[in-house]
Amino acid sequence: MSEHERYSEDLALYAVDALRGEERARVHEHLAACAACRRELEQLRGDTALLALSTTGPRPPQRARQRLLDAVAREPRVPRIVETSPRRSWWGVLGWAATAAVVIFAISLWRENSVLKGTLASASSQAAKSAREMEELRRIAAPILEPEAQRVTLVAAKAPPQPQGKVFYLRKRSSLVLLANNLPALPPQKAYELWLIPTSGAAIPAGVFKPDAHGSASVVDPALPAGAEAKAFAITVEDEAGSATPTMPIVMMGAGE
Amino acid sequence: MSRPQPQGISADLALVTGLKSGDQGAMAELYDRYSSVVYAVALRVLGDTGAAEDVLQEVFLQLWRKPSAFDAARGSLRTWLAVITRNRAIDSLRKRRPETDIEDVVLSVAPDLAGEAERARAAEKVRGLMGNMAPAQRSALEMAYWEGMSHSEIADKTGEPLGTVKTRIRAGLIVLRKAFQT
Repeated sequence: MSEHERYSEDLALYAVDALRGEERARVHEHLAACAACRRELEQLRGDTALLALSTTGPRPPQRARQRLLDAVAREPRVPRIVETSPRRSWWGVLGWAATAAVVIFAISLWRENSVLKGTLASASSQAAKSAREMEELRRIAAPILEPEAQRVTLVAAKAPPQPQGKVFYLRKRSSLVLLANNLPALPPQKAYELWLIPTSGAAIPAGVFKPDAHGSASVVDPALPAGAEAKAFAITVEDEAGSATPTMPIVMMGAGE
Repeated sequence: MSRPQPQGISADLALVTGLKSGDQGAMAELYDRYSSVVYAVALRVLGDTGAAEDVLQEVFLQLWRKPSAFDAARGSLRTWLAVITRNRAIDSLRKRRPETDIEDVVLSVAPDLAGEAERARAAEKVRGLMGNMAPAQRSALEMAYWEGMSHSEIADKTGEPLGTVKTRIRAGLIVLRKAFQT
């Protein structure tokens, strides 16, 4: 039985949301990597649409129309989101000293590590330590350096000077770097908290941080669940111990493509 | 299932484009086109007019907030709304947070049912196919689709093995698919 066939029945269950927990997560993960199964899922959802469309019933009450239109009139339009094209070279995107420092530091250590590996080949313990350091650096720097990493610019809706945050998120490694500038100072015992807004489910805490005197801050490699697919990132103000759920309002937000 | 829609899919596209620029008139027009199908699906799941009206409201507000979630390349707005509505109604029935974001609901639909009469015939055909299914298969599919039960809940309720329930649900959907393949 091919892998595709193995998933065929689970895909039908997934299409009608009849899978729960781990089984659902397993199919979800497989779908991210399998175009054939994504197509089959689309087809199965089309099949379920036939069921939905076979339903007939009374018209909605008259008041529902005005209720909707009133609600629409009250809705604020979606805040402007500044997106950074993932295809643009990150050299062009990152104009900041902080970012440059991180990257240069990472690259220099990479090079240093290569030299170390060459010259200290016999000193195995040092080489092993060096390899571990390099792996650590590679992990930390991957969301900045790898072209496939999502790059998201977060901006505040109003108020100059503009606070800015850049998130680099590499889903396959659950690795993330946030670099932020011009952040307003916080009240005592408060901190900023970054949130990963997944494509489904609740916001995921992605690091608590405080800006320095210049309003700059960073979050490097916070603890994140494996493979969370990010729809957007947001920042809220929380107690300095951090929170499990975001406290409104969202002070900064951004979505990738 | 509502009034005739001579302008069809291209008009839908124009209206969805209108939503993107905040055109409330486009929203009213889309409501007039599709509120009946949305309400019917919600009512079928929830069996309660108040709860169905809330889902109707939520589905159209979602469309207003994220018109780009609808991918016109993948089928009609009517079909997409029907699927979104079923999902939201099930979430409401099960009192759970939405499991699937509307942007993630991508579907492909073989039959392009443009006219009112054609849609009515198709709906009748689906009801006929369901009626002709073995009772255990029909009921597994209905429990999953209209009641939002998980396959293990269905297995518990019917006393059947999980594998049998899985097979029934998939086979039921494939029966519908094949009947509409040309």
